[in-house]
Amino acid sequence: MNQVSQVLADAHRREWGFVLAATVRVAGNLDLAEECVQDAFVAAMAAWTRRGIPENPAAWLTTAARRRAIDLLRRDRTLRGKLPLLVGTERAAEHGDDPDDAEETSVIPDDRLRLMFTCCHPALALEAQVALTLRLLCGLTTAEIARAFLVSEPTMAARITRAKKKIAVARIPYRVPPGHELPDRLDAVLTVVHLLYTTGHTAPEGDRLVRPELVERAIDLARMLSTLMPDDREVRGLLALLLLNDARRAARTDRDGRLLLLEEQDRSQWDRATIAEGSELVRQALRRGRPGRFAIQAAIAAMHAEAPSYEATDWRQILGLYDALLAVWRSPVVELNRAVAVAMVKGPAAGLLALDAVAGDPRLAGYPYLEAARADLLRRLGRRAEAAAAYRGALQLATNEAERSFLAHRLDEVTAAPP
Amino acid sequence: MAQYLLLIYENESAYESPTPELWNQLMEAHGKFAQAVVEQGGKILGGEALQPTATATSIRGGTSGDQVVTDGPFVETKEALGGFYLVEAADLDQAISFGKQCPAPFGGIEVRPVMDTSQGPS
Repeated sequence: MNQVSQVLADAHRREWGFVLAATVRVAGNLDLAEECVQDAFVAAMAAWTRRGIPENPAAWLTTAARRRAIDLLRRDRTLRGKLPLLVGTERAAEHGDDPDDAEETSVIPDDRLRLMFTCCHPALALEAQVALTLRLLCGLTTAEIARAFLVSEPTMAARITRAKKKIAVARIPYRVPPGHELPDRLDAVLTVVHLLYTTGHTAPEGDRLVRPELVERAIDLARMLSTLMPDDREVRGLLALLLLNDARRAARTDRDGRLLLLEEQDRSQWDRATIAEGSELVRQALRRGRPGRFAIQAAIAAMHAEAPSYEATDWRQILGLYDALLAVWRSPVVELNRAVAVAMVKGPAAGLLALDAVAGDPRLAGYPYLEAARADLLRRLGRRAEAAAAYRGALQLATNEAERSFLAHRLDEVTAAPP
Repeated sequence: MAQYLLLIYENESAYESPTPELWNQLMEAHGKFAQAVVEQGGKILGGEALQPTATATSIRGGTSGDQVVTDGPFVETKEALGGFYLVEAADLDQAISFGKQCPAPFGGIEVRPVMDTSQGPS
């Protein structure tokens, strides 16, 4: 790859959202803006090869894309009338700046937050929010997003088209919501980024445990949010949570791709620099006032990351953090994780009791980790027949191959003749 | 500004034989709602309460000669359409905010943007 292609690929990866968000403001329409940004990248290839790479590629691309939008709208009055105007944008200001002067002339607004809040509007289905975020902020193609979520390309294309249409027709505004709405709306944004991460962290299907491309995009987005909203503690909490979990990536599977539990992982393989960064963010997120759900989850992840071994983990404090988490976020999945902590502090019998207390929650029906956690506690209590039944149940529900082979291995252990 | 229809879906049984207190409470709540919309920069263009679905008649079969007329609402659901407001709002966020303030103690609200047919098909 020559230098221009390299710089362009980098810009595509890092600046797509910035360029698009600033272009939406003058294009007044998501589709038109996307087309113009695409054109700007094509134009850059030729222009930069001829005249050299500009000092600020993102600014050059933004000016080129914005100018293209203005040109198209000026030239084509019918296009102008036909495209629904996104609420909160003003269409095509009447100045046509030269992209080569970009660095000196224009201050380009950073509209990525607006774009993020529009993509993650609660009036859109969660799966559409995720798809739009990947497409508009990360610049992934529809085909790439379809692959990441294991649906066909036409299905994903239809999902994205429908979501864009709803944004235009129902008038979902292009703006950062006002103060009183912000906490709820930000929570929706953080939920999308977190879902993106967890989808990549343990791929729901397929033979690979981790999809690094999704994990990395999620961390990029969390970093971006943290830069744009430096005072928000939940944003910091989310970034910390993702970093701390990701720091363990290399140790989560063995050489054959087999899943390794926290207790089996080689902690020397954990990424210490990332853990240090995450832990520092946790400290900042926990300062002042009552922490939110992401900050507390990050604190739990930090306790694990900083523990010298599984046994020497401060389970008592982790249990306390789970109690704090339940106070701000009642979720059966959190109760399930808390039960695991209870087992570590008070023994597997107490853990099983805590687990059975939430097992009947209908929201956990079909959740493979419930059966897997049950199976593990039963195994530790020596109740082998019940453990085997629970492992079989978990196997029926797990879809990731790495997880399945782990469960099958454990099932073999408990069904083998006792030593 | 754009127009939205706020559809009030509620469990009808709550309205079967309302006590005078409940009736007065509801009337007052709707009065307050109408006032709030105007105060917040919106407009109420219309709105009605509907008779219960037991009085509904449905016509199916498109426009051809084989139309079938049946007793009852088009879709049988636990929560039935019981009333509506046509409001003017700046964007979906404001329309949702109006929807949240619209009284529907026994159900909820669906917010639907109204189509502007003057520009032809969109």
